[in-house]
Amino acid sequence: MSRIAACMEQLKAQGKKALVPYFVSGDPSIDITVPLMHAMVESGADILEIGVPFSDPAAEGPVIQLAHERALENDVSLSDTLDLIKTFRQKDNTTPIVLMGYCNPVEIMGYENFAKLASAAGVDGLLTVDLPPEEAGDFTEILRQHNMDNIFLIAPTTTTQRIKLIAAQASGYLYYVSLKGVTGAGNLDFKHVGERVALIKSITDVPICVGFGIKDPESAKQIAQFAEGAVVGSALVDRMASAKSADEAIAATTPFLQSLRQAIDS
Amino acid sequence: MSELEDSVDFANFPDKSGHFGVYGGRFVSETLVSALDDLTEAYQRLSQDTEFQRELDDDLAHYVGRPSPLYFAERWTHKIGGAKIYLKREDLNHTGAHKINNTVGQALLAKAMGKTRIIAETGAGQHGVATATVAARLGLECVVFMGEVDVKRQALNVYRMKLLGARVVSVTSGSKTLKDAMNEAMRDWVTHVDDTFYIIGTCAGPHPYPMLVRDFQSIIGREARQQCLAQTGRLPDALIACVGGGSNAIGLFHPFLKDESVAMYGVEAAGLGLDTKDHAAPICKGKPGVLHGNRTYLMSDENGQILHTHSVSAGLDYPGVGPEHSWLADLGRVNYVAAEDEESLAAFRELTLVEGIMPALESSHALAYARKHATTMDKNDILIVNLSGRGDKDIHTVANIDGISIT
Ligand SMILES: Cc1ncc(COP(=O)(O)O)c(C=O)c1O
Repeated sequence: MSRIAACMEQLKAQGKKALVPYFVSGDPSIDITVPLMHAMVESGADILEIGVPFSDPAAEGPVIQLAHERALENDVSLSDTLDLIKTFRQKDNTTPIVLMGYCNPVEIMGYENFAKLASAAGVDGLLTVDLPPEEAGDFTEILRQHNMDNIFLIAPTTTTQRIKLIAAQASGYLYYVSLKGVTGAGNLDFKHVGERVALIKSITDVPICVGFGIKDPESAKQIAQFAEGAVVGSALVDRMASAKSADEAIAATTPFLQSLRQAIDS
Repeated sequence: MSELEDSVDFANFPDKSGHFGVYGGRFVSETLVSALDDLTEAYQRLSQDTEFQRELDDDLAHYVGRPSPLYFAERWTHKIGGAKIYLKREDLNHTGAHKINNTVGQALLAKAMGKTRIIAETGAGQHGVATATVAARLGLECVVFMGEVDVKRQALNVYRMKLLGARVVSVTSGSKTLKDAMNEAMRDWVTHVDDTFYIIGTCAGPHPYPMLVRDFQSIIGREARQQCLAQTGRLPDALIACVGGGSNAIGLFHPFLKDESVAMYGVEAAGLGLDTKDHAAPICKGKPGVLHGNRTYLMSDENGQILHTHSVSAGLDYPGVGPEHSWLADLGRVNYVAAEDEESLAAFRELTLVEGIMPALESSHALAYARKHATTMDKNDILIVNLSGRGDKDIHTVANIDGISIT
């Protein structure tokens, strides 16, 4: 069983929901990434979503755009990110890791090649913002052969017919984008998100994590009432943006993460 | 002509899912898929609709000022001493470039779809001005995204857009140029997808944009084909156009693709030279990748990061190219070449002096290549160059290069 599936099953058995932090590898500096990943797991993270730095992050709001720019200033690439994950895996062989990024770095690395290298590094899933199922072709199958899940997005604008098409290819979890907008945007309409998640659940048994716009314990708690997991990105990235060391980044983010954990579990 | 090409019916592309072979497609975040489906559906319906077509033809005739002339540049031809050079005068269109052919068409689509807000990206500002123009005419709210670097170097066009009632947003992310303006327009569109129509300025972006921009720009080639037949009694031997995203080029080329005797040359920006890092020539020097919703030739590094580009002309300063061009390059139907800053500036000056026509710096790249290529052709051959825009907007840039400051 994949690490993501095992994690989701265990949480379900315990009646718990997944807390999924997101940050960009190499931001704000490359030596912060691995210690921060471990600290986040200790603070209650169930799955880690690691952003792959890209020059043109067109789906991100200002906070995460700046994180990509900082990571690129540190010259951190997709293959550096895989190296960081390899290092993380030396001490943690259970926490699922999902890479979140854009198509071109994977395209340039080569889809087969990426699948081989990422799987060997210990990656469990890939969420490519600009690779909808129609364009993914046999990449989803290639990932599966290497024991990785292709994590697809479902948006507020996705039609029921498309939800079916996406769900048919999904494994690991589905990522529901809670609002029309970029990462870190505005206030969530929980009632609407709840209705959409219920609709998706009427179509598939694949677990659903919700992201974009979850920024405090209250919003994480609300989301956890109806989804299997809550993804928190901008609110974390913002807190660690000016950290000078791993300790500073950990101090800036883990109390917040713990408060999210408590809110979700309460 | 290759066998592969013989079997290709250019009119059947893109395919239903928006692909030109392996290029094109729809590499976008999920939120935009339904908006692109709606647009595709609306475009398919309206392009069959005689009332819509009549309105478009009417606007092109009475607002844009079409047909644009096909002009025999006799003195320049004699000076160069090669093939007969004809200029397709897109510089004479309202707002001074081919860009308006597309914005008029997309604005009519926006109106028919009931959208109340228009957004656009712009580099040189020509597409921004052409968009602000049609938005003013239809009374629609208009927001134009422009990289901070371009806002500074194209101050005149920024002010033009403001006079036309548009809001110009200076984009400070990434390299602060056209590609970043396009990212920001995408972000805006995702956020306001219900009421907003995104008018993309070139034949790039996710399907259906490369197709519909091509279709709206193909008026250039349809006219040129008829005009050439009427004026000379035969088809041209070669076509030349500059390629930024490639909309003026595909507009000229597309109606001739099936005419096997017509050779075609797309001219990319070689900047300081193709052997330097400072150019914007993705087909000549790049490799296939994915950016801004489509797969196409791109300038990206070994890690897949998009590279900075350079061209003296802001309108060619883009790391990608429309996917249909990538496909035509692989098929070998169109030849892609490049012209450097220097030779393009020389062509700018020469055409101005010899013909009294001041070309845009973008178009000057096509002229620079035409100048060289004409001498390899027979004196009786006919060469059509797309004069995609006029040079008024570039006077500042040229004056700066001459060390003259105009305030
Ligand atoms: C006059 C002119 N020609 C050409 C271009 C390049 O665009 P495209 O390659 O889409 O025709 C521009 C873009 O700003 C332009 O203003």
